[in-house]
Amino acid sequence: MNSTTQQKRSADPRRLWSAYAPPAALLVLFILAWQCATWLWQIESYLLPSPADVLRAGVEARGLLSNHVQQTLRETLLGFGLALLVGVVLAVTIDLSAFLRKALYPLLVISQTVPIMTLAPLLVIWLGYTIWPKIIVVALMCFFPIVVTTVDGLSSADPEMLALLQSMGATRRQVFRIVRVPGAIPALFSGIRIAVTYSVVGAIIGEWVGASQGLGVFMLRAANSFRTDWVFVAIALCSLLSILLFTVVSVAERLALPWYYTSTRAERWEEIEGEA
Amino acid sequence: MSQAACTVEVSDLIKAFRVNGQPLRVLDGVNLRADRGTFVTLIGPSGCGKSTLLNIVAGLQHPDQGQILFDGVATGDRLGRVGLMPQRDLLLPWRTVLGNALLGPELHGEDPEAARRDALSLLPLFGLQGFADSYPAALSGGMRQRAALLRTFLCRQGVLLLDEPFGALDALSRSGLQEWLLRVWQQFGYTVLFITHDVEEALFLSDRVYVLTERPARVCLELDVPLSRPRERAITLLPEFALLKQQVLAALAGTCPDETGRPR
Repeated sequence: MNSTTQQKRSADPRRLWSAYAPPAALLVLFILAWQCATWLWQIESYLLPSPADVLRAGVEARGLLSNHVQQTLRETLLGFGLALLVGVVLAVTIDLSAFLRKALYPLLVISQTVPIMTLAPLLVIWLGYTIWPKIIVVALMCFFPIVVTTVDGLSSADPEMLALLQSMGATRRQVFRIVRVPGAIPALFSGIRIAVTYSVVGAIIGEWVGASQGLGVFMLRAANSFRTDWVFVAIALCSLLSILLFTVVSVAERLALPWYYTSTRAERWEEIEGEA
Repeated sequence: MSQAACTVEVSDLIKAFRVNGQPLRVLDGVNLRADRGTFVTLIGPSGCGKSTLLNIVAGLQHPDQGQILFDGVATGDRLGRVGLMPQRDLLLPWRTVLGNALLGPELHGEDPEAARRDALSLLPLFGLQGFADSYPAALSGGMRQRAALLRTFLCRQGVLLLDEPFGALDALSRSGLQEWLLRVWQQFGYTVLFITHDVEEALFLSDRVYVLTERPARVCLELDVPLSRPRERAITLLPEFALLKQQVLAALAGTCPDETGRPR
């Protein structure tokens, strides 16, 4: 009963409007300013193309772009999937064994101090011009936030809750399945949301080092031939891809965690404005 | 399906903890007895070790000395043998009311369909009809408490340990829930060990009241409550009730003669 009112609430057009209109307006304002600046100061297109130029270039290159976008998306998704798998397995391992927690956790933190861009050429040397170096770069960038948030989520179970289940005769396995895992899912999703915003960047870096297809390759080629407008097209597509992935994750989270989005006692009391 | 209610005896229970390196005795030879199907309340000052006592009966902590007997038999492994309800409702936020209520049957590997039907048929009695699929976050404090009690009842353990279940509620919801608890308890016939700070609540609900001293806790008064059942709220206004209340209050104030003769 309450959950349905909750869903209605989140789909309320007025709320959607109030959430998305301000950033959208600011973005439009920024694009307009950019357009005016390029026009007022007569900036050369190879230095800074106007938004209209970028749009035109995008339409012009659309046949060319579709394969590049698909390739980047493929690398991103495979790399992210690998990161998710490895991240969750590592988190559970760390959670189950106090020894592994002590041994692994500091090493994981240290691993993040290695600049991943410098690893990419090595990966190409080892794995060749295949899709693997890109997948691994994406996975390396994504797994860390997933491990950290999931470990925290698993260890944040309420001790009294654990005692209660124990008093009911639950085994360790049952406690893990019934209390600790579901309690860690919101934290896992936080990690996934951070990770997914890195993932496209990871694929682009992987492609810069050596690839024949992908948005990163398209970007390099465009820059080398001074097609700055195409560089901007690639940048816009990268950020669109990231936004798309972020949205998918957010929707999945809402669907997976209806309880997390059930606010206390669903009635909302508001003052009625504008009647005086 | 339902475990028969049994007699619970606590015999010479001693328990100490180490606090900042110093040993601290919490329970100092506690003896008490709850006969099969009776409602027994422990009342005592805050921090006197009542919750420790319940945790030991539930099997979550081990006594330094003394025994817990179920139907006269010393029982070592008590985990899963009693239904414990802690002060906080501790409902799993990601499970609906029904999912929370079914926790016990699920842990004990009962037939899920039968358990589900059983739980659904009990929802009206627990004032939760129509809320089977609600998440705990959407419930009021009283409803959450009743949902937690339903979960405890459905453990079907015959012995219920209730640790101040109404402690966090306002006086009105509290008095309504007390009457309701009595009705439900009479229907199920479980043995209940109940903890409270509230003298009137203790007397209104119980067949017997144990008053505990400050830490280290000992029993300083064992009082049978000879009021007939079913009980109405109005009995709290009777002179007999006032007399009983006086006795408990006197014991709590530390004026009762110390049976063991040890200095307090």
